[in-house]
Amino acid sequence: MTETGIGASVRRKEDFRFITGKGRYTDDINRPGQTYACFVRSPHAHATIDGIDASAALKTKGVLAVFTGDDIAADKVGGLICGWMIHSKDGSPMKAGAHPALAQGKVRYVGDHVAVVIAETWAIARDAAEKVLVHYTVLPANADTAAAAKPGAPVVHDVAPDNVVYDWSLGDKGATDAAFARAKHVTTLEIVNNRLVPNPMEPRSAVGDYDEGNESFTLYTTSQNPHVARLVLSAFIGIAPEHKLRVIAPDVGGGFGSKIFIYAEETICVWAAKKVRRPVKWTSDRSEAFLSDAHGRDHVTHAQLATDETGKILGLRVKTTANLGAYLSTFSSCVPTYLYAPLLSGQYDIPAIYAEVDGVYTNTAPVDAYRGAGRPEATFVVERLMEVAARELGRDPAEFRRQNFVTQFPHQTPVIMCYDGGDYPRALDRALELADYANIGKRKAESARKGLLRGVGISAYIEACGIAPSAAVGSLGAGVGLWESAEVRVNPVGTVEVLTGSHAHGQGHETTFAQLVSDRLGISIDNVSIVHGDTDKVQMGMGTYGSRSGAVGMSAIVKALDKIEAKAKKVAGHVLEASPDDIEFKNGKFSVKGTDKEIDFASLALQAYIAHKFSGQELEPGLKEGAFYDPTNFTFPAGVHICELEIDPQTGVVAIDKWTAVDDFGNLINPMIVEGQVHGGIAQGIGQALFEGAVYDKAGQLLTASYMDYQMPRAGDLLSYEVAVTNTPCPSNPLGIKGCGEAGAIAAPPAVVNALTDALGHEDVPMPATPQALWRAAQRAVTKAAAQ
Amino acid sequence: MTAVSMMVNGQHVSAEIDPRTLLVQFLREHLRLTGTHVGCDTSQCGCCVVHVNGDAIKSCTTLALTCDGAEVTTIEGLAKGDVLHPMQAAFRENHGLQCGFCTPGMIMTAVELVNRKGTNLDEHTIREELEGNLCRCTGYHNIVKAIGAGAQAMASAAE
Ligand code: FES
Ligand code: FES
Repeated sequence: MTETGIGASVRRKEDFRFITGKGRYTDDINRPGQTYACFVRSPHAHATIDGIDASAALKTKGVLAVFTGDDIAADKVGGLICGWMIHSKDGSPMKAGAHPALAQGKVRYVGDHVAVVIAETWAIARDAAEKVLVHYTVLPANADTAAAAKPGAPVVHDVAPDNVVYDWSLGDKGATDAAFARAKHVTTLEIVNNRLVPNPMEPRSAVGDYDEGNESFTLYTTSQNPHVARLVLSAFIGIAPEHKLRVIAPDVGGGFGSKIFIYAEETICVWAAKKVRRPVKWTSDRSEAFLSDAHGRDHVTHAQLATDETGKILGLRVKTTANLGAYLSTFSSCVPTYLYAPLLSGQYDIPAIYAEVDGVYTNTAPVDAYRGAGRPEATFVVERLMEVAARELGRDPAEFRRQNFVTQFPHQTPVIMCYDGGDYPRALDRALELADYANIGKRKAESARKGLLRGVGISAYIEACGIAPSAAVGSLGAGVGLWESAEVRVNPVGTVEVLTGSHAHGQGHETTFAQLVSDRLGISIDNVSIVHGDTDKVQMGMGTYGSRSGAVGMSAIVKALDKIEAKAKKVAGHVLEASPDDIEFKNGKFSVKGTDKEIDFASLALQAYIAHKFSGQELEPGLKEGAFYDPTNFTFPAGVHICELEIDPQTGVVAIDKWTAVDDFGNLINPMIVEGQVHGGIAQGIGQALFEGAVYDKAGQLLTASYMDYQMPRAGDLLSYEVAVTNTPCPSNPLGIKGCGEAGAIAAPPAVVNALTDALGHEDVPMPATPQALWRAAQRAVTKAAAQ
Repeated sequence: MTAVSMMVNGQHVSAEIDPRTLLVQFLREHLRLTGTHVGCDTSQCGCCVVHVNGDAIKSCTTLALTCDGAEVTTIEGLAKGDVLHPMQAAFRENHGLQCGFCTPGMIMTAVELVNRKGTNLDEHTIREELEGNLCRCTGYHNIVKAIGAGAQAMASAAE
């Protein structure tokens, strides 16, 4: 391993600009002549729009225009789309209601976009937006996941009269029912997976710019996948053809899924730029972000696990209602289906699984992928079932898991996935050791002496990353392929630019991708630049989500580097007067086997460009290669997290005092960055378990629409985590890497809840387990103990 | 419009501004010092922290006019030329940032914390003192480490 190669904890190249205040985020960009957009949003969850009077707003000095749904309809601006087709059990396609960028006739959630004011300044736009009078007839709202599809519930979209977008299933019902019929014991749980707001610290922002001379558009936007944004804005929304639309996602301040999607606001900014012939900028404030960013999770599930007399699992079944919100966001339909049910086998050998999922409309913000996307929901179901089953069977939860682990690979689950490798017992052993699990009894007794309740919770998660083989996802309904692209450009002086279709918004690609190139070409990491986030520079790409940038994005770079090496060897053959087959490339030098003839990489690059030593007809001059990499399988990171905590039954206050994470991500490119990803994921997972919850009231008003009401985890709420890894290299990609971005958020919630329920001695604890909820739960525990 | 003038990062600046202009808007839009960020609208996240007369304050909840005559330091004013402030260096060395959006506010908060509480900071103190700063990326683990290390480095630098 070199100092900056694969496996080294290289300090990040991108940090200098961030620590000196020189990052360039979308809101930092101002275009000459720029105007400002302010959206008029619905204050009602469900209402018809009877009229819009913009006259007072239009009379305000400095207002350029007010646009409504009629204007976008007149311009034939297409609706926002959902790019993954899900079919119901009966084969019928999902029922997608129209999703115009500005509402037409009806609003369906608080925050829905009704009109937009374009003005000379941000302040004028906001002032004028308050003067736009919208006449509504308020309708009853449908805001409760569990009741959304009940008879008589208010209808959100006429295309789905029962509010059911799809009723989908996966797995073999007959085999699963038979397994349950044979079972010695059945564990049953009712689970609510709480609704979350992703909350990247940088709010969304967009600047639309129209170049009249070239009839072309530029959109600067907070996107995790600018090429997908361009594709959707071109092919479906119809703003401009792709060659006339440049999308730039500069520095992006976190995404966690919420910046994958194509939203109304950026659509309007780029469209309106042509209408007013001036650049149009919009930056979300936090309140708007709460109302209009796609939310995550929000499942209600009935789950059962069947075991035989030895504790071996026979089958698992779930019935889930997934709230998809008021409109189908870009990838919303696949999250509670193909990103959820295929993970229900967990790390376990489960012969029969059957999952039914009803996706429902409600009068709430759209729900889509949030860090983990479907996999945290699945893991929560599986790991809660495992814990509770172990307790019901009187088994040690660790040993009950071990008994049921998959140990032979490849392992075909009954729900699509084929696990390609792993070593689950090893991670469990290591985690138990680091957590000092053997002595938990003593620590519980010590806590009890102080009047405190101590609990320990295990979560053995698996996730499917490296999303995903294009043909496979195509057969499941995806509207796109999920390969990734790379182009490696070697300059005549031997420096290298790598153009990647991945996008970094905190993951550190400028460093890790450069490590790969430095390692492979034997050049300094300082001589490598990573270019991303601009559709004019990078031809095409699928972006960053689903922990795919290493496994898929870097694999594409490997493929391009293979081609670079092959071409460079041909050039070296000419320069060193040998057959290319006799050329070796090692440590940045090309040499002729068995001789001392050699040339370094930089000199070779120059030779490739000056082309003096070979015929440009036989061998093209230059050194630049591109590749598209389509993965052969998902990757399967897995691991064990253990949470140990103490509850004060008098106050309901909980203190987590030890967190142990042992993850198998395969080979690591940069352990420092991997650990950082794990830390961040755990914090979000603890956030879901203890603090965060988006709450709508019956009228569909979001009660948790600011940081005063929605509790984000803070430094004082959390602890330093103990993070370790095991490594079974991924057999399905050239670097043997699996992905690490979502693991913590997937693993953490069940670890916390298993620990809380262990401490309390009963299973009745909701998420978020706030002090109030825990205090009540502790009272129930006391009552229960007294009754016994 | 009202006149305002202040020292920002050692430079004298004055401008005619709308009286409702917030300090953060003045810094970002008038002076184009875009290192100071806005992450919320309820004074909760700390992305906007700058120093005014040596105190760490939230520039999103401060009118620029109230800073008339003040000395303001932003993240752009922390390094001495090409030499990073020890706290900046510590954030890089300890991987105390991911997306970088909260980072300027975190660093400005941390520097003032050390100025106020000294260079020997335990983990508990650092975590409690970060109550006004949110980070969604790092889980705080490495921010806490970075601030501890940065504080030590500030001690050495002061010697
Ligand atoms: S922007 Fe100032 S505290 Fe959030
Ligand atoms: S580094 Fe992204 S919010 Fe802190």
